[in-house]
Amino acid sequence: MTINPTEPYVHELGITQSIVDIAEQTASEQNAQKVLSVTVEIGDLSGVIADAVEFCFEACIQGTRLADSKLVIKRIPGHARCNDCGTEMEIDNMTFSCSTCGSYSLQRTRGEELNIKEVEIE
Amino acid sequence: MCIDCGCAQPHDHNHDHDHGHHDDAKTISIEQNLLAKNDMLAAANRERFSEANMLVLNLVSSPGSGKTTLLEKTLSDLKGEFSFAVLEGDQQTANDADRIAATGAPVHQINTGAGCHLDAHMVGHGVEHFDLGQTDILMIENVGNLVCPASFDLGEDLKVAVLSTTEGEDKPAKYPHMFRAAEVMIINKTDLLPHLDFDIEKCRRYALAVNPDLTIFELSCRSGEGLDAWYAWLAKQVGTKKKVI
Ligand SMILES: Nc1nc2c(ncn2[C@@H]2O[C@H](COP(=O)(O)OP(=O)(O)OP(=O)(O)O)[C@@H](O)[C@H]2O)c(=O)[nH]1
Ligand SMILES: [Mg+2]
Ligand SMILES: [Zn+2]
Repeated sequence: MTINPTEPYVHELGITQSIVDIAEQTASEQNAQKVLSVTVEIGDLSGVIADAVEFCFEACIQGTRLADSKLVIKRIPGHARCNDCGTEMEIDNMTFSCSTCGSYSLQRTRGEELNIKEVEIE
Repeated sequence: MCIDCGCAQPHDHNHDHDHGHHDDAKTISIEQNLLAKNDMLAAANRERFSEANMLVLNLVSSPGSGKTTLLEKTLSDLKGEFSFAVLEGDQQTANDADRIAATGAPVHQINTGAGCHLDAHMVGHGVEHFDLGQTDILMIENVGNLVCPASFDLGEDLKVAVLSTTEGEDKPAKYPHMFRAAEVMIINKTDLLPHLDFDIEKCRRYALAVNPDLTIFELSCRSGEGLDAWYAWLAKQVGTKKKVI
């Protein structure tokens, strides 16, 4: 795959490469020949586009122990708590203010996750 | 030799697996942040920087907002007051590094190739070219891109997001991740305002909505208007670094 450096996916490519590297390393430590699946957690507020990771994954796994593996992405919706009135709410990247009192002081509580959770090996 | 990242060591693969044996599938739980390695290297950078009492700024923006021009101006105008070092991140050329070198400041170019951002590993090696003990301010010009550099900590003290009046005033709302990660926003090219319909008040409102703690400067590298406030802020930041000793 040729990658156009101006394409936004390049960021996800780096993230995807770390997914593949960590899974490969784990397989190697466990003396496993094959990785069957990799489970990752991607928060909606993480700045990483889950679809793009999926796209890059296909390219990154060529010639590795992950070659036929499945990528399982668990998306985590954004959540925040208002520092002023305490309201808990679901938010996206464009949410600036509390849905109850309008305060701009929101504490993000979930949705910034960017983790590899588990690999299934054989 | 790289102590923090161990990158000089060849990759150690264990190849004596038992090929005859066939295990059933098993699931290994990992629980690792995908940015953990970068964050670890960034923390190591930060420690080195703080030992050197050096102020480190990470300049981020879309391509062409004026980061290099701002650095050229700042370095020439404050030459007598502070000693600078500059890391230039670019996908290809060394053009920006050449422009900085012309000001007389030590500069090192990092070409990221296909990579759209600098990472802590590149920066850790990049600063090997400088005498950190002799440097008051390290400026890192990141690759022109408002998405990825937000996620990659380099070990800097502060991120400075540069926005120019030729871009839309809604940039902070469109790229909230970056403007939330930054402590400072510079609105550059104010000399062009009379020719544009850029609404500077709206821009401030958007920016403060995503990040109420943002410090905002309006300036023009062309006319020099507004640079004094930026310089005064820089001097104050350097002051807080030196006081910690
Ligand atoms: N009118 C005007 N032009 C400016 C100003 N500051 C920079 N420019 C021009 O904007 C263009 C881009 O400036 P650079 O400093 O190269 O921008 P940059 O952010 O370093 O660009 P990249 O490194 O490619 O992302 C140049 O032609 C500058 O002369 C300003 O205050 N006013
Ligand atoms: Mg530049
Ligand atoms: Zn509220």
